[in-house]
Amino acid sequence: MSTARTTRPYGPLVIDIEGVKKLYQMGAETIHALRGVSLKIHRNEYLAIMGPSGSGKSTLMNMLGCLDTPTEGHYEFNGKNVAAMVDDELADIRNREIGFVFQTFNLLPRSDALKNVELPLIYAGVPPHERRERATQVLREVGLENRMFHKPNELSGGQRQRVAIARALVNRPSIILADEPTGNLDSQTGVEIMALFEQLYSLGNTIIVVTHEEDIAQHARRIVRLRDGLIESDKNVG
Amino acid sequence: MLTALGVIIGIVAVTLMGMAISGMDSSFESSLAMLGDDVIYVQKWPWGPVEDWWNYANRPPLQDSHAAELNRLIESAPNTLLDVAVPVRTRSGTVKHGDSSVSGVYMAGTSGDYGRIITADFREGRLFTETEAESARAVCVLGCDVADALFPSQNAVGQMVQVKGYPFQVVGVLVRQGSFLGLFSFDTQIILPIKAFEKDFGGKNRGLELRVKIKDKKQLDEAKEELIGLMRRVRGQLPGERDNFSINGAEAFKEQLDPVKKGIAIAGLFVTGLALFVGAIGIMNITFVSVKERTKEIGTRKALGAKRRTILLQFLIESIAVSLIGGLIGIILSSSLGIAIGHVFPKLPVAISPALIIISLLVSAGTGILAGFAPAWGASRLDPVVALRYE
Repeated sequence: MSTARTTRPYGPLVIDIEGVKKLYQMGAETIHALRGVSLKIHRNEYLAIMGPSGSGKSTLMNMLGCLDTPTEGHYEFNGKNVAAMVDDELADIRNREIGFVFQTFNLLPRSDALKNVELPLIYAGVPPHERRERATQVLREVGLENRMFHKPNELSGGQRQRVAIARALVNRPSIILADEPTGNLDSQTGVEIMALFEQLYSLGNTIIVVTHEEDIAQHARRIVRLRDGLIESDKNVG
Repeated sequence: MLTALGVIIGIVAVTLMGMAISGMDSSFESSLAMLGDDVIYVQKWPWGPVEDWWNYANRPPLQDSHAAELNRLIESAPNTLLDVAVPVRTRSGTVKHGDSSVSGVYMAGTSGDYGRIITADFREGRLFTETEAESARAVCVLGCDVADALFPSQNAVGQMVQVKGYPFQVVGVLVRQGSFLGLFSFDTQIILPIKAFEKDFGGKNRGLELRVKIKDKKQLDEAKEELIGLMRRVRGQLPGERDNFSINGAEAFKEQLDPVKKGIAIAGLFVTGLALFVGAIGIMNITFVSVKERTKEIGTRKALGAKRRTILLQFLIESIAVSLIGGLIGIILSSSLGIAIGHVFPKLPVAISPALIIISLLVSAGTGILAGFAPAWGASRLDPVVALRYE
């Protein structure tokens, strides 16, 4: 991979986080998951977010993925104020702008690959024939055109994660947000998945990978390290 | 499937109830037709309960001469709505032939005009003639069950039977008519000339009833008015005097049937309500379990852009589906039960109607919505972050 490694120029600003704090109430104790984080992410970046457990890494990921809103601070996604949005507006942003890739794949077990990939399009209100066309197209892009009618339990771990990536891509989102995407895969399959991310990046996608593994993070062009709810370092690599 | 059991039982209860009520209605209609729904009864007592019995007890009894006088008046009235009046005396007794006997036979003593008011045909033979009736000949007509019991392998006509010990010759047998509401069979009756009936079994002092056939059953009320006027003339009543007889119609039975139907409906609705309640709790429970088991899936769906109402609908549709399946099984069960009952008791007309099916499906869908709402609502409100973390 490293031989073909190129860094593409940044596009316009997608994510603009300014002084974000997140507090959790755990019984009588207040937990400061994020203590004031500022971060700008542009289109066509390949970014890794790293940090040990308890660093606020997951909280930041939930925030970036519009699954959660900050207690304090400012968050704009493509110029829209996410901090002020209600549940259903957040659902809409997630549906159109963010493609999630989970550590545990999170596929619907009773639906085949095609149906799984069609799901975000259903929520977007895309008509059936167009859904099928677009889902077939992205499955071809991740190399699964022969596995479209297989259910998740008939697929290998790597194939499952490819279905999940296809699902993340199908709405052509502004960012792909991957949470430990290789955490449940053997190292060889992990390498294949990271190669797929590299390919997607080179095709112009914006990728954010959350991980605690150094060698996974090294695939990215920029690494943001968190510690105790604050950004410890933010460096471009390669 | 166990969870749908409550709904199944509920729907079986509600459909069986509906079938019983509509069955009673149609059975009643056909029984009414059997009695003759174009026949009015003139009697000393009204049908149905009376509170001021002392006002009725002193009425003079009806006489068979009243029938002849009524018929004379009917014939001389140009635009009469009435057709013919027939006197009938009744009691019950045992009919024998050789060693066979039938007890509890409904004995009716009547005139030769009886043939004009009965709806049944003759399987064999005929009714006694006016002459036979007038001369008190010992002849009789049998209901088919009586005939079959006494003469299993031969024609009854021409044979002799003993009615309460008196010999009568059979001149006719009626076709099978069935029973009135399954209670009173028209097939265990014997019809005798009224004069012979009075001679052998007495009853002059017990009074009789007059059965009056009307020409058009659509003009029942007008015909009753006319009959009251004629009866007052026959009885020599003065203007202002209260009628000293009662005019009864078969439709009076309907009023007596209403409380029975109401009772069935209340019991049925109670069982239905109880079973559906149990079913609803069951469905609510599995929906709660389903939401719990699929918490992570809900989180995933929300991450992919499912809105609250999408999740709400997803689980509501599931609970409605479970409930509807229960309802369908219930409908299938009770209609096959209805068919089975129809085979065992052909006299009870039980049938499931399209309206009943639609009501049942609506009730089950409603149960599904009520049962599924709380868990579905909870699912739609889940925090996606918490739901995604759930293992």
